[in-house]
Amino acid sequence: MKTVSGNTHLISVRSWLSSDSPSSRRQALCIAFVRSILAIFSNSAALTGLFVVLTLIIVALFAPLFSGHGSPIAVNLAARLAAPSSTHWFGTDELGRDIYIRTVYGARVTLTIIMLVSLVVAPIGLAVGTAAGYLGSWVDMVLMRVTDIFLAFPRLVLALAFAAALGPGIENAVIAISLTAWPPYARIARAETAAIARSDFIAAIELQGASNFRILFRHIVPLCLSSVIIRLTLDMAGIILTAAGLGFLGLGAQPPTAEWGSMVSSGRDVILDQWWVSTIPGAAIFIVSLGFNLLGDGLRDVFDPKS
Amino acid sequence: MKPLAFLVDLWAPAIRIVRFFGSLGLTFLGLTSVTFSIGRFIPIDPVLAIVGDKATQEVYERTRLAMGMDKSIPLQYLIYLKKLFVGDFGISVITSQPVLHDLIRFFPATFELATIATLIGVTFGVPAGVLAAAKKDQWPDQLIRISGLFGYSMPIFWLGLVGLFVFYGKLDWVSGPGRLDVSFDDIVTVRTGIILIDAAIEGEWEIFRNALGHIILPACILGYYSLAYIARMTRSFMINQLSQEYVITARIKGLSFWGAVWHHAFPNIMVPLITVIGLSYASLLEGAVLTETVFAWPGLGLYITRSLFNADMNAVLGGTIVVGAVFIGVNLLCDFLYQIADPRLRTS
Repeated sequence: MKTVSGNTHLISVRSWLSSDSPSSRRQALCIAFVRSILAIFSNSAALTGLFVVLTLIIVALFAPLFSGHGSPIAVNLAARLAAPSSTHWFGTDELGRDIYIRTVYGARVTLTIIMLVSLVVAPIGLAVGTAAGYLGSWVDMVLMRVTDIFLAFPRLVLALAFAAALGPGIENAVIAISLTAWPPYARIARAETAAIARSDFIAAIELQGASNFRILFRHIVPLCLSSVIIRLTLDMAGIILTAAGLGFLGLGAQPPTAEWGSMVSSGRDVILDQWWVSTIPGAAIFIVSLGFNLLGDGLRDVFDPKS
Repeated sequence: MKPLAFLVDLWAPAIRIVRFFGSLGLTFLGLTSVTFSIGRFIPIDPVLAIVGDKATQEVYERTRLAMGMDKSIPLQYLIYLKKLFVGDFGISVITSQPVLHDLIRFFPATFELATIATLIGVTFGVPAGVLAAAKKDQWPDQLIRISGLFGYSMPIFWLGLVGLFVFYGKLDWVSGPGRLDVSFDDIVTVRTGIILIDAAIEGEWEIFRNALGHIILPACILGYYSLAYIARMTRSFMINQLSQEYVITARIKGLSFWGAVWHHAFPNIMVPLITVIGLSYASLLEGAVLTETVFAWPGLGLYITRSLFNADMNAVLGGTIVVGAVFIGVNLLCDFLYQIADPRLRTS
């Protein structure tokens, strides 16, 4: 009896989750969530990407655990430039610091930069794009011209100039990257908004007397969010590469912080004899940005069948 | 028939040209206002940077006035623009030369590298993209897509180092960093600044071979990035075209599959492809910054980064403006060419 009732319970949960006519907002959200999870799991590329990204997050969060509580900045000149071995899995750098531990801690820096850039770029892009798309007329023209101007800038060189002017450091690298990365989001948000703004439900809310502010933030922004997030995932690889490039040039996180780009740079002079110093942190950058690219491509395939 | 009917035909292109120069000017104003703000509002006091912190108050004041720092910000911006317009980017602190002079000296190296890289990207990227589209979802497609994805995901400076390690350090197939071996320096007179051309003009084939050995690795690495982008875009344009009905019509008429691809579909993707190639070329001109650092390639990128670490703001901003201007110029030119080359846009 017990198993039967358990089964019927399970079946009712399944039918509740796969219903085509949800009876509540909560149910509709749950159905959409389950469907997208299933879609991602059936796309092997997206799944690989998701795995890499989750690994990055877990490694960054539990860095001390993964590094066996070793310090990423502990200098040991006696063991400098040691080849990979059982004590130093990835070898040591020119100051005898363990590259494995530094690579693990480098995940934290990368994750910090990614999160900060997303937190800056997505709101700016959404605000500019939705305002331009909904308000139209001269607001649209001015905002889109500004966007076009920023879009036409060479990204790395401008980020370089910003980082140079603001002084090296993670925060300034984030500001520099964000200043050059927001325009595509404004474009996307504007395109989405222009389509949404013409629909009947917006007209209905307008008739009820809702303010522009309310319409924008309660009704239009939530609908633009998904395409912005997909684009953000796709761009993440580029953001990581730009950040690593700034780090490589010495404009990102400052020593002795373990940052992948600057770690690659520190091994430049010994690349011919001690290959591990540069190649291993570089491989970490490559794997993480590949993961984001796979996840982004997969998300786009799943949620945006148009492209 | 009205006598002035031809004017109507000229009207649309005329508007387009005006709009082209309008947006060019606007974007350039944007770029210069950004570089101006960077130069004007950096935490370092620009006056102090010149007189040094041991200068007396009087010297400081005099320099401040001489630099026009007492004027209003918009006025300073106008003066800045006027100077830029005549090519006055200020004096570089490290080389003690006018920045413009330096930029002219460093630009050909970047140009040479980016051009060869683009040639590699186009030569391999376009056929690869067409092949991927024709064999959609089969193994050639998967292979091309994956290698493209790798290209998108690799840090270029890292790939450069790995390339140096493998092809220079281990296999010794190519020459190391720099444009020439030290023993060949300053033999060829500088005509174009592009060593391959200069050496060929003078018939110095040994130098030509040496220069080729130096450029081949950085050019291939940059070319790989360009290839990844060009192949991806070619593939998606081609897939779009191959799904059109005219391709089926051509096949029904008895044309072979590849005949339909190259003679019917390919001409249709040429127009957007020009834009893509132009964009990738422009981004190589700027993307070369990291590659040049790795390969000690004496181009704009190396100049900008080296100036950066010597707090040589004039040189950094001058370089930024030149790279930005080239980038903007190529970008807009592609937009413009696109409109001119597309017959539908031409008549509408």
